[in-house]
Amino acid sequence: MAVLVMVSALSVVYVKYDSRLKFNQLQGEFREQDRLGVEWSRLQLEQHTWSSNNRIEKFAREKLNLQVPSAEQIIYLKVK
Amino acid sequence: MSFDNQHSQDHAAKVIVPELAGRRRFILACFMLVMCALIWRAIDLQVLNNAFLQKRGEAVYLRDIKLPAYRGKISDAEGHALAISAPVSSVWINPKQLDLAGRKVEFAKLLGLSVANLDKKLKKVGARRFVYLRRHMDPQVAEQIDAMQLSGVYLQKEYRRYYPDGEVAAHLVGFTNIDDEGQEGLELALNSQLKGVAGVERVLRDGKRRMVKHIDDIRAPIPGKDVQLSIDRRLQYLAYRELKVAVAQQQAKSGSLVMLDPTTGEVLAVANQPAFNPNDRSRLKPSHVRNRAFTDVFEPGSTMKPFTVAAGMESGLFNDKSIIDTNPGRMKVGRSQVRDHRNYGEIDLATLLLKSSNVASSKIAMTVEPEGFWNMLNKLGFGQPTRNGFPGEAHGKLVSYERWRPIERATLAFGYGMSTSVLQLAHAYSAIANDGLLQPVSLIKGLRAEPAERVMTAEVAIQIRAMLQGVVSKAGTAPRAQVQGYTVAGKTGTVKKFAKGGYSEDKYLGIFAGMVPANKPELVMVVLIDEPQAGDYYGGLVAAPVFSRIMSGAMRLMNIAPDNIAKPTVVAALDRGIQ
Repeated sequence: MAVLVMVSALSVVYVKYDSRLKFNQLQGEFREQDRLGVEWSRLQLEQHTWSSNNRIEKFAREKLNLQVPSAEQIIYLKVK
Repeated sequence: MSFDNQHSQDHAAKVIVPELAGRRRFILACFMLVMCALIWRAIDLQVLNNAFLQKRGEAVYLRDIKLPAYRGKISDAEGHALAISAPVSSVWINPKQLDLAGRKVEFAKLLGLSVANLDKKLKKVGARRFVYLRRHMDPQVAEQIDAMQLSGVYLQKEYRRYYPDGEVAAHLVGFTNIDDEGQEGLELALNSQLKGVAGVERVLRDGKRRMVKHIDDIRAPIPGKDVQLSIDRRLQYLAYRELKVAVAQQQAKSGSLVMLDPTTGEVLAVANQPAFNPNDRSRLKPSHVRNRAFTDVFEPGSTMKPFTVAAGMESGLFNDKSIIDTNPGRMKVGRSQVRDHRNYGEIDLATLLLKSSNVASSKIAMTVEPEGFWNMLNKLGFGQPTRNGFPGEAHGKLVSYERWRPIERATLAFGYGMSTSVLQLAHAYSAIANDGLLQPVSLIKGLRAEPAERVMTAEVAIQIRAMLQGVVSKAGTAPRAQVQGYTVAGKTGTVKKFAKGGYSEDKYLGIFAGMVPANKPELVMVVLIDEPQAGDYYGGLVAAPVFSRIMSGAMRLMNIAPDNIAKPTVVAALDRGIQ
């Protein structure tokens, strides 16, 4: 009996310790998730700044000399 | 000690002075009283007020720090961000503890202030305990300040809102203030949803109130929810750009447009001029912030005529073959007169819309039951907000038919004596585009609050669309609304603005409301140019070209097949790429 009580008592101590450890890990993971979320929003922001319609249009027109084809230049194809 | 006691006891026992016995008892009683008081005080501190005092004690070394919640992202229908939060740091000081330790120059430089400016600021706030020195700093610079370890200088984590598209969607999205609270537009309307709940963290501090240890999170911050709007970033940009060019060219006071998907009621683009940059609001003018397309009302003028014709056809008194006699080009109603530009003679309904005849429209309105006419306009949403949740949305005005005088009934037929916003007008046109079914307006993708409502029969809607195709023909009022490769249905409006004491003779609104492709409309758009000054003011000349340019771009972007082209002659096979 005494042995069982001792074992149970020790296991309680161990489980408590373990749960605290796990909780700590969980908190750490949450913080990491937060950090990654923040990084994600920063990267999105960066992507959107680079891919803004304004910038793309300017680039296409000035650097690449692209233009919208006029009606006469468009040839419609009949798909077999 | 024991000797001393013995001695004094002996002494006391020996020398008993009777007249001093009372004094001795008095002193003893005093001691007893003091002891009682001390015991009471001990009980008071240890037992009765224990909880309170413990709290006060903890307050000295424990501190709860607010953790800001991440504000949800606002994105367009494709998931591209329109408003997004990024972490920044704010520097605050407690002037009572501030000790710059001779590094003032370095500190001021990192803050981006001159030393003189910093001194001035510090002098002003000497008596306070919490003062922001600089808000929303680059986190990397803030870390350098933190590394200086100055006493009385603290950092606070905050979020700053960025609008990657700047002006383009500014009116719809709105903006937040420096404390991350929505101030305008959808940022305000959806604030509670986007905001989230700030968390609280408990930390241990030393005697100098510096943070020593993180104890625990009392409440983790709950991030706000992301919101996906119905607008399309590419269409929005196209609409913004074309409207901006047109308003500048026409030297107009302002301009607005709304583009809707008639089959879902979703708003695809909203643009206004003048616009503002939500990322830099230092020179913000309130008049630039207003989302005119939603909040401002105007008299719709001739753009109402399709609905008058629809009411006439719904009543069964008119059909596409009806002939209305407009001779002699004017009509007396009560003491007033309704006039056409010239005498159109006997015309059918299609010609009514093509030539935009006021007299014929009035004749329809005077013939049909007022209740039926009103019902049609009311069901189309005139005189009531679209309830899309946008703050400050206009109601517009539609007087109840019970109070119509004859002249009001007649002028209502061509859009005077009532008012509507650009959004309401576009919404009403979407019923014609969607075969008579009116979908509720939605700004949020995939959100369908109410079922669609039938406001006119499909046959009437289809016939009206066919008639409206004539308007953009060479003979109509808006050939410049044509879109290469597509059929277009639409109606122009040129409205005299109501100024003090009557209708102005030199201030106009140019409007074009239309849909593409006319046979099976995918997009509905209303363009309004307010007070064009560059010469032209007809809706067909100032608004229709904007419509045409945006629509031809939109058709391409949305990948909608052209329905108005000659049969393709070049045959291609797709099985091994185009050959």
